[in-house]
Amino acid sequence: MSSPDAGSAREEVLGRIRQAHTAAAPQPWPYDDIDRGYREPERATALTGEALVELLVDRLVDYKAVVHRCAADAVGETVAARLAGRGARRVVVPVGLDPSWRTAEVEWLTDEPALTVDQLDGADAVVTGSAVTVALTGTIVLDAGPDQGRRALTLVPDHHVCVVREEDVVHGVGEALTRLDTGRPLTWISGPSATSDIELSRVEGVHGPRLLDVVLVGS
Amino acid sequence: MSTVLLGMPGLPPASPRGTGNLRGDEAFPDAARSALGNAQLRRNIAHATTTIRGKRAAVVGELPHWEQLREAGRQLKSHTMAHLDEYLVQLEAAVTARGGVVHWARDAAEANRIVTELVRATGSDEVVKVKSMATQEIGLNEHLEAEGIAAVETDLAELIVQLGHDKPSHILVPAIHRNRTEIREIFLREMGDAPADLTDEPSALAAAARRHLRRKFLSARVAVSGANFAVAETGTLSVVESEGNGRMCLTLPQTLITVMGIEKVVPRVQDLEVFLQLLPRSSTGERMNPYTSMWTGVTPGDGPQEFHLVLLDNGRTRVLADEHGRDALNCIRCSACLNVCPVYERTGGHAYGSVYPGPIGAVLSPQLTGVEDNASLPYASSLCGACYDACPVKIDIPSMLVHLRAEHVEEHRRQSRTPAVESVVMRTLSWVMGHPRRWTAAARMGRLGRLLRGRRGTIGALPGPVVGGWTSARDLPAPPTQTFRDWWRGQEDQK
Repeated sequence: MSSPDAGSAREEVLGRIRQAHTAAAPQPWPYDDIDRGYREPERATALTGEALVELLVDRLVDYKAVVHRCAADAVGETVAARLAGRGARRVVVPVGLDPSWRTAEVEWLTDEPALTVDQLDGADAVVTGSAVTVALTGTIVLDAGPDQGRRALTLVPDHHVCVVREEDVVHGVGEALTRLDTGRPLTWISGPSATSDIELSRVEGVHGPRLLDVVLVGS
Repeated sequence: MSTVLLGMPGLPPASPRGTGNLRGDEAFPDAARSALGNAQLRRNIAHATTTIRGKRAAVVGELPHWEQLREAGRQLKSHTMAHLDEYLVQLEAAVTARGGVVHWARDAAEANRIVTELVRATGSDEVVKVKSMATQEIGLNEHLEAEGIAAVETDLAELIVQLGHDKPSHILVPAIHRNRTEIREIFLREMGDAPADLTDEPSALAAAARRHLRRKFLSARVAVSGANFAVAETGTLSVVESEGNGRMCLTLPQTLITVMGIEKVVPRVQDLEVFLQLLPRSSTGERMNPYTSMWTGVTPGDGPQEFHLVLLDNGRTRVLADEHGRDALNCIRCSACLNVCPVYERTGGHAYGSVYPGPIGAVLSPQLTGVEDNASLPYASSLCGACYDACPVKIDIPSMLVHLRAEHVEEHRRQSRTPAVESVVMRTLSWVMGHPRRWTAAARMGRLGRLLRGRRGTIGALPGPVVGGWTSARDLPAPPTQTFRDWWRGQEDQK
């Protein structure tokens, strides 16, 4: 599109790949023959129930997320306590957030009409739900569903209160992928923003939210 | 343009000279010598690589199925390379179906031109960048700069390198050669808005970078990224990162341009279960990196509304044409091989010249450029094999190094009428060792080498073209006063 011979670049690169395959024929390796031997030990060591949740809590805390467990009817007050604990006053919410989760006495900024970047930057916190959570790695996946909203909402405010329902917790990465639709924008979050760029030691808090509160709701 | 004219007959062309950062200014031994003289650099790198080796070992040890994952990673990559053309066509169709635009670039210069035109079309004269090896490789920042477009690196380590007018020295942490004190000095000197009371606490340095880049992120209209993975079946792109600078670039601007080496494609979404377990544990030694973004084309109302994917060859198809070398394309850029390499740990990354340093760089760079343009790199190794053990996709780097050395020797033999000194020495040695009397005489003569020993009892650097080259980097023990055979005869006589 951008240069007169763009079409020929495509043909040439593809032609070179075939040329390379002719020069040195690759070993035939059908997709279905790929050894998935990792799945069995993964399955065999997978935890369930309370042990799975405890593993998740351990992994979240290890990467400096703060975890609060509560019953399904106590999400609103737990969220309110987290917001109050950090002194949040202006709080962003996606349109589809469960109304019973937003009982805190704060100024709620609903993303409808879409909030501007400056409005997001001026907010103290954001409250969302989540799609799937991987216990083994302590990873929460957001899929931009109605209770999570578009990606910018959970990125610009400095404090993210994320509600995770225990029925959405899985053991490993593979199980999470089978539950997700990659046609939607996905954000995999493991702890607050961090960097290993100074002497290869992990330091929390760079550009993404520096505070991650996880509200874990029992099923 | 014809492939046949550019490369050897029947082979795709290597990455052309003149553009990009795959070739250094000097050979590895010369560059290494100056690096070895820098004690601060060696201390910084030793400290960082020791830290990361411990972290990696701990999180790899947590997974009972690590070896099976490595094997699956290797097989997936081998399968993909054998069907690379099909998967790229599939990827292109999937990205296009979701509103993205796919561009193909034969080499660095073409990729730079495409990106420049795309940025121009937006009317912006500034782009924010996510750390990307592909754009480092093609020298995109330098090119954009020359075209009047400012490229702002947003990864903390890249920012340190950019502000320090420095070069990257590590795949994952380009500023690994700098310690906290040096970083503080660079920030105070170059950042403009660094607080005067900035300390060298890593958290304070990270906070300074956050403040410095915040406005840029919130106002940027165009972002340029690389990609860790691209799923052929769905057109889903993925960037794995830590700081959130990646999310900022991938989410807030109106236009996103992703430059990706053609080898980064994976067949199906489910295959990410392998690589998302292998990569973070191997690179930062974490169970999972803080942020992984996945996006497919354009999502109305969420993120960039214009998405361009530039598929880059730049010598990769040449690598694919070498059955002994093509596994280098399987690399997922984790940098575990750098962190375990005894050579890298002492010389650092700059000595390798190319943006790809360390063991993987020593096999990838000469293959991308043709071995004659990076002829010293295959020798930048002790062949200890630590890299092979650490590689999450089991690339047999030591065997590949030996293969490239042979290729270099062969290339030299083809171009020169006189035989190489090594081959004369080897032939003479084989004649000497072929008969007991000749060998005994030679071994006794060898004792004369004692005359060369220095104060430490070893033979150091010697003058002369061949001997000088051999001894410039090696201390030899002085020969003993008696040969083994003479000692043995003495033992026999005493009976």
